[in-house]
Amino acid sequence: MMRRLALTLLLLTAGVSAADAERLVVSLSNHRVAVTSSFVGEELVLFGTIEPDQPRAALRPSYDLVVTVRGPRQTLRTRRKERVLGIWVNVDSREFVRVPSYLAILSNRPVEAIGTPDVRRRLQVGLDNYLLPQRIGPDTADTVPDDPFRAAFLRLETQYGLYRQSATSVTFLTPTVFRTAIPLPSNVPTGNYPIDVKLFAGGEMIARTSSALEVRKAGFEQYVADAARDHGLLYGLATSLMALLTGWLASIVFRRD
Amino acid sequence: MQIYLPIADLPVNIFLVLGMGIAVGFISGMFGIGGGFLMTPLLIFIGISPAVAVASVASHISASSFSGVITYWRKRALDVALAMMLLSAGILGTFAGVWLFTLLRAMDQLDLVIGLSYVTLLTLVGGMMIWESVRAELRTRRGMPATLRRPGSHNWVHGLPLKMRFKRSKIYVSAIPVWGIGFSIGFIGAILGIGGGFLLVPMLIYFLRVPTATVIGTSMVLTLITMASATVMHAVTNHLVDAVLALILMVGGVIGAQFGVRTGQRMRGERLRLLLGLLVFAVGLRFAFALVVKPDDLFSLRAVGAE
Repeated sequence: MMRRLALTLLLLTAGVSAADAERLVVSLSNHRVAVTSSFVGEELVLFGTIEPDQPRAALRPSYDLVVTVRGPRQTLRTRRKERVLGIWVNVDSREFVRVPSYLAILSNRPVEAIGTPDVRRRLQVGLDNYLLPQRIGPDTADTVPDDPFRAAFLRLETQYGLYRQSATSVTFLTPTVFRTAIPLPSNVPTGNYPIDVKLFAGGEMIARTSSALEVRKAGFEQYVADAARDHGLLYGLATSLMALLTGWLASIVFRRD
Repeated sequence: MQIYLPIADLPVNIFLVLGMGIAVGFISGMFGIGGGFLMTPLLIFIGISPAVAVASVASHISASSFSGVITYWRKRALDVALAMMLLSAGILGTFAGVWLFTLLRAMDQLDLVIGLSYVTLLTLVGGMMIWESVRAELRTRRGMPATLRRPGSHNWVHGLPLKMRFKRSKIYVSAIPVWGIGFSIGFIGAILGIGGGFLLVPMLIYFLRVPTATVIGTSMVLTLITMASATVMHAVTNHLVDAVLALILMVGGVIGAQFGVRTGQRMRGERLRLLLGLLVFAVGLRFAFALVVKPDDLFSLRAVGAE
């Protein structure tokens, strides 16, 4: 009994030290993105280094890095049109429950080369492996990557610039220092964006760290959005009054009699 | 110059939107209509979500119709009593429309219903206007008066009970068709995001025989009140009115409308109706085309809820 416990402990500590041979240190150029009236999108830069956990530990000759940036979750419906009696009608739809409103999977190499299919699926590396639960009856479950609704969902989100997978985004400046650009398009949703950084070597994940950024409206934009959300009636009355004022001013300015 | 819209959540070119406001304002001033049936599709085309477009266009139309109402008020060319009667039923129609709007949206068939309704309404009304104005045009060519005056020509509408007198318009009609028209305009307006001026004017002329002198002013009063209350309703229920977008649109709209009114006054009524008929018909065909032609992408996304 005691021996078995000691063995487990030994294995555990061995496992921990092996997994912690490297440490990731990352820093973001800006943690808060302000959406102002001149906002047309922004690009943030994430810097990082790979450091040995203990001074004596040796670093490996090459590493792979996968950075996953996820926007606030939202539920979306993907609809499919079909021709019914000569016109195109939405006939079928699937609901994607609490999926990211923004998703960027950035790496230094194609993700297929980074880990085994099993590792990639487990760690959700790549858009094809990212968990996108669909509502199926009372349950939710993800489908196979080539499910037509899932494929259409990814295609549309990629077209809108909200989902992306890039195998050239992460650049190693030295074997242990890397940088990556996180592109935020102008239609980026506001909210919190957790960032997950995974370090791979020899097809296995050896270190992982996280960071976060926040996209929020600022100044006038924030004022208007808050007013519209929190004081709907006042906001509506104010907008109507503004319309009446504009109409009245026009009738005065352009009066001819 | 790009400006980020706080509710629509995307940047737009301020001059493009201003230009759209001026163009639609010109048309609305020229024909005495709100122009919502042109503005809403244009906004959707530049990437604004249909819900935000419908809600914001409402305030844009209230601005242009208010400047119109003031002008017609000065000329004493509007019938407040008739407008109030139409309105009392219009509000009920709006509520019914908003209810159906929500239901259809939940069933994913809103796009289809909006598309089909636009096609039916626009091609039908446009076709009727073209037909009527071409006949009037032909009569003028033969040296006859443009409009056939049919004094005392009473249709079935005039046989209904609950008769009321509207002094300014010099008509004596039953309240039932007035309520019916008011209800359907409110209903259609709420679903399609249009003021309904292009429907209301012919209805008032053909069913109630409202004289041309007061018809546009009266229709504008109705448009003003329904659209101003639609703005408030949209702001309260789904928080989708974009005040920045609305302001750019309304500034462009009122400027365009002034030039439109001047151009419209220089044209003969039949010619004007023919042009409006062609415009309405063309927009209807555009919607029919979109329904019949295979879309580029069979799939589409719609947000159901945020976190």
